[in-house]
Amino acid sequence: MRKMEYKFNNSTELLELCNKHKLPISQIAIRREMELSKKSRAWIRDKMKDVRDTMWGAIQKGIKNSTKSKYGLVGGDAKKIYEGMAKMGKMLHSKVTVRAMAYAIATAEQNARMGKIVAFPTAGGAGVVPGVLFSTYQHMKSSKRKMLNALFTSAAVGIAILEHGGTFSAAKAGCQAEIGVGTAMAAAGLTEMRGGTPEDCLNAAALALKNMLGLTCDPIGGLVEVPCVKRNAMGATMAISASDITMLGVKSFVPMDEVVEAMMNIASCMDEGVRETAFGGLAITPTGFGIREKMGLPKVPRKYLKKCHNCKLKNLKI
Amino acid sequence: MKVSIFDVAGPIMVGPSSSHTAGACKIGQIARALFRGTPTNVKFYLYGSFATVYQGHATDKALLAGVMKLWTSDSNIRNAFEIAKEKKIEYEFIPFKISTPEHHPNTVRIILENRNRKLSVVGSSLGGGNVKITQINNVPIDLEIMAGRFFSIIIGHENAPKVLDPLYEKLKEWGSAIANSQTCSVKKNSVTILNIEGFIPKLPQVLELEKLPGIQFVRALTKLLKY
Repeated sequence: MRKMEYKFNNSTELLELCNKHKLPISQIAIRREMELSKKSRAWIRDKMKDVRDTMWGAIQKGIKNSTKSKYGLVGGDAKKIYEGMAKMGKMLHSKVTVRAMAYAIATAEQNARMGKIVAFPTAGGAGVVPGVLFSTYQHMKSSKRKMLNALFTSAAVGIAILEHGGTFSAAKAGCQAEIGVGTAMAAAGLTEMRGGTPEDCLNAAALALKNMLGLTCDPIGGLVEVPCVKRNAMGATMAISASDITMLGVKSFVPMDEVVEAMMNIASCMDEGVRETAFGGLAITPTGFGIREKMGLPKVPRKYLKKCHNCKLKNLKI
Repeated sequence: MKVSIFDVAGPIMVGPSSSHTAGACKIGQIARALFRGTPTNVKFYLYGSFATVYQGHATDKALLAGVMKLWTSDSNIRNAFEIAKEKKIEYEFIPFKISTPEHHPNTVRIILENRNRKLSVVGSSLGGGNVKITQINNVPIDLEIMAGRFFSIIIGHENAPKVLDPLYEKLKEWGSAIANSQTCSVKKNSVTILNIEGFIPKLPQVLELEKLPGIQFVRALTKLLKY
């Protein structure tokens, strides 16, 4: 087999490639894909355009829709934020950030309603990247080409994480691998969109992911609703913050690759109860138990209840 | 590992979870492609987190939808049970509380049956819509479906030397190049996966391959190319 020129196994190699060819991350990602799939540049760009249009479609539907999800846990928050934003004058965050939150929640709510979305990187963390990128795109009035390139940059960071032995599976590594990785990807894409160098992009990604380390997956009732939907919005603000302080010259002390290693280290000592099984954390709070009962789910096994703090407080029989 | 951009930026799918809905749907599609034919009875054995949260994540609907050849982006997934009733497919979900260490947390065993044949497929959903098939008819394999990259054909054959040579000849004749191959054997049975480029065999050619001596079945995953 022919040697691949644009192959990278981690983000250090990605940065080396960028410096060697004097290209932004997005172009390296496109060339790598061209080598890998042997498709034309136009074909790859067209496929990414599909991804972009699906994302925009989900946002548009999400900010207008106020129906609740099946069990009524989420719904209507995106509309509240998006419509309230225009009227309220005293927001502390900039309009870009608040709109990013509205878009992120819109996507996540569409996901909870079984609407059509793009799993970027996964469905649970699908809101962060479109939220941040579309809000900034509107604010900067940047070209469609820049928007597309930002998506490629985000995807390239995801590839670097996977190739370095990372994962996107919350069942394996908790929420840090879903919304955490999504935040890192969004931070990198955003930084490229506003004119950062490849080094800045990876620095922003490292800062963002570093802050999301240790995040567990403890969804109430096992539904991708609470805390996932609002966590997408918080991830969006984090991505914007990481990009902002990067552009002001802050450097991440730990390089990106080592942050990914740290993520997997944490994953290996994470309890099974907080890895998408819905047997820990928020899922076994009184509210969580209430929803479990409403849904008619089976009882939480005893070994998980032993770690339940609120059960001890209320002297529940374990 | 070779990750495509569209493994990260995708799939375009119906919610709520990429590993529990889109991945599950894809495992269903692969099982159906391997079965070739309409099943009348489908059993799903769920392990790990598939067993505990399958209702909330619509894993059950997605698996069934996949078996009925629906796409991950098809909004009909939410009506999977009704469609199955219409098509007269009987289905059953059996959650297993044990999570055996060799299984990935999201694992399902699908057993498809009709009057003529029976097939069992074990698959895991790796997150982000990527899936892996780990067993076909109790032969352990390691098939990571990275759809859109290669065209895969799956061959079940006897575990004998040179049994695949006539098949390779045929493929060469048609102008297909083999990008990579992988074989696993258990006692007398083997399963080989070929990723091929160039000419893509259509159904008549696949049936021709199946008639070669020593070969039990040949399945082409054509329909899974685009998603």
